[in-house]
Amino acid sequence: MRRLEPAAIGGVMSREVANFRTFWKATTFSSVLEPVVYLLAFGLGLGATVVDRVDGLEYVEFVGTGMVATAVIFSSALPAMFGTFVKHRFQNTYDAILAAPVDVEELVTAEMLFIGLRSGFFGCFPLLVSMIFGLDPSPGMLLVPFFCFFTALGFAAFGIAVAASVAKIDQFNYVTTLVITPLFLVAGTFFPIDGLPQGVQVAANANPLHHLVELVRHASFGFEATDLLRVLGLIVFALVLWRVAVHRMEERLID
Amino acid sequence: MSSGGVAIQLRGVVKRFGDITAVDGLDLDVPQGICLGLLGPNGAGKSTTMRLLTGQAIADSGTIRVLDKELPARAKEARAEMGVVPQLDNLDVDVTVEDNLAVFARLYRVPDVRAAVDRALGIARLTGRRADAVDELSGGMRRRLLLARGLVHSPRLILLDEPTVGLDPQIRTELWSLIDGLRAEGATILMSTHYIEEAQRLADEVAVMTHGKIIARGTPKKLIEQHAGTETAEVYGPPDRLAEVRAAAAAQGMNVRPAGPAIAIVGSERATDGAVPEDAVRRAASLEDVFVMLTGEEAE
Repeated sequence: MRRLEPAAIGGVMSREVANFRTFWKATTFSSVLEPVVYLLAFGLGLGATVVDRVDGLEYVEFVGTGMVATAVIFSSALPAMFGTFVKHRFQNTYDAILAAPVDVEELVTAEMLFIGLRSGFFGCFPLLVSMIFGLDPSPGMLLVPFFCFFTALGFAAFGIAVAASVAKIDQFNYVTTLVITPLFLVAGTFFPIDGLPQGVQVAANANPLHHLVELVRHASFGFEATDLLRVLGLIVFALVLWRVAVHRMEERLID
Repeated sequence: MSSGGVAIQLRGVVKRFGDITAVDGLDLDVPQGICLGLLGPNGAGKSTTMRLLTGQAIADSGTIRVLDKELPARAKEARAEMGVVPQLDNLDVDVTVEDNLAVFARLYRVPDVRAAVDRALGIARLTGRRADAVDELSGGMRRRLLLARGLVHSPRLILLDEPTVGLDPQIRTELWSLIDGLRAEGATILMSTHYIEEAQRLADEVAVMTHGKIIARGTPKKLIEQHAGTETAEVYGPPDRLAEVRAAAAAQGMNVRPAGPAIAIVGSERATDGAVPEDAVRRAASLEDVFVMLTGEEAE
């Protein structure tokens, strides 16, 4: 049997779909409501009282487009971390799947793809909500699901690798505090990074979320030549983290 | 068919976890079409052996062939033709019975998923519950569903890892009748268990495993004859008296083992000169006698 068989990957994804059908309403509800709350708080609250325009954009447009990245990291890294840990340690789901003709590489790939597709879809919700708040639609926005998909693949792989590396579920607190929160804050979602100290700007440029934020803004207001490099960077990020996740999960799942 | 009609072949298999040797030079053949009971106490290495057979554990040394495929290199191919029923319930509890089976039918590349699911539901007698979520099922139904999931692709080889552990007697009996049905249809089954009665009722042959090795193997009848003779005498009484009886029997070279509140003199038909008290309860020797004699563990 060859590597990465579509039937194996499809089978694992069909399990995810079957489970997702039981909780899609709650996910959709929070995906819609969260950007509404953020846009009300930051866009209308902060935008109306403190900040008027940022980088030539209305603050509600600036935050609305930036929040796509927030939606992506919170719908990819966190579900991957908690989902993988729970399925492995508490539900023994992976024991069942790996007793079938599926290997760890296919399992990880399928889980990443499902999370990527889900985030690609739900990541667009802030953009749709922003349109209600005044953001004008543009043809470039049709590419946003793809940008979200590639970024979510990388963060899903990150979450899976983390879940395979920690001994206890409480250790996720370190990851969320030390990695996810800084990535989310220094992505250029709520304020532009070019006002930050030089060192932080360099770090922000290594943050995949920042490139997603830039891509979404450019998709909404006009692409730049460097955007192709940003897409390439996100794909490389996903590929590298994919291999790390597969390696960590093989160590964890195969005795 | 596999060459020589052997479904599973292990030679000198060793598996260590740090300082612990879980499987210690294991040799095991499982011919096609039989139900082999792998009987051993907790920690004997049964579950590790099962994981080695699915490629979820890699042996430190030795060779493993399953359905003519060398493991771990061709583990995925071997898994396609085997069904595994795990010790722990790992069903998706929020998902329907039908979807649980359909997912695994897809994982096993079954061409007609619907027909496979219908068939598996029939085997597990769950057709009427197909649309219910798993967490609405009773413990017995969930166990039957686990069994159905392992059979959804009509496997040539079935691995049952402690299939009735922790279940109440009624559910255990239900499952035994299902497993017995599979055996009657000629399926090759390797079943690990630490329940004596389960092995005795279901297995064509029993391999007694302890400390990672097979220490005896044969039909239940043959094992009893070889290791326990024909009769066992159980003696009840206060500890002082049991100690006296034990000493007298041991002096005649008899095997004596604890049996709950009593002691059991194994092979009592060979005893002479009052080694077996007159008030002893005489019964036919059993596989439990063999198990306790060989492993030194109390039976369940």
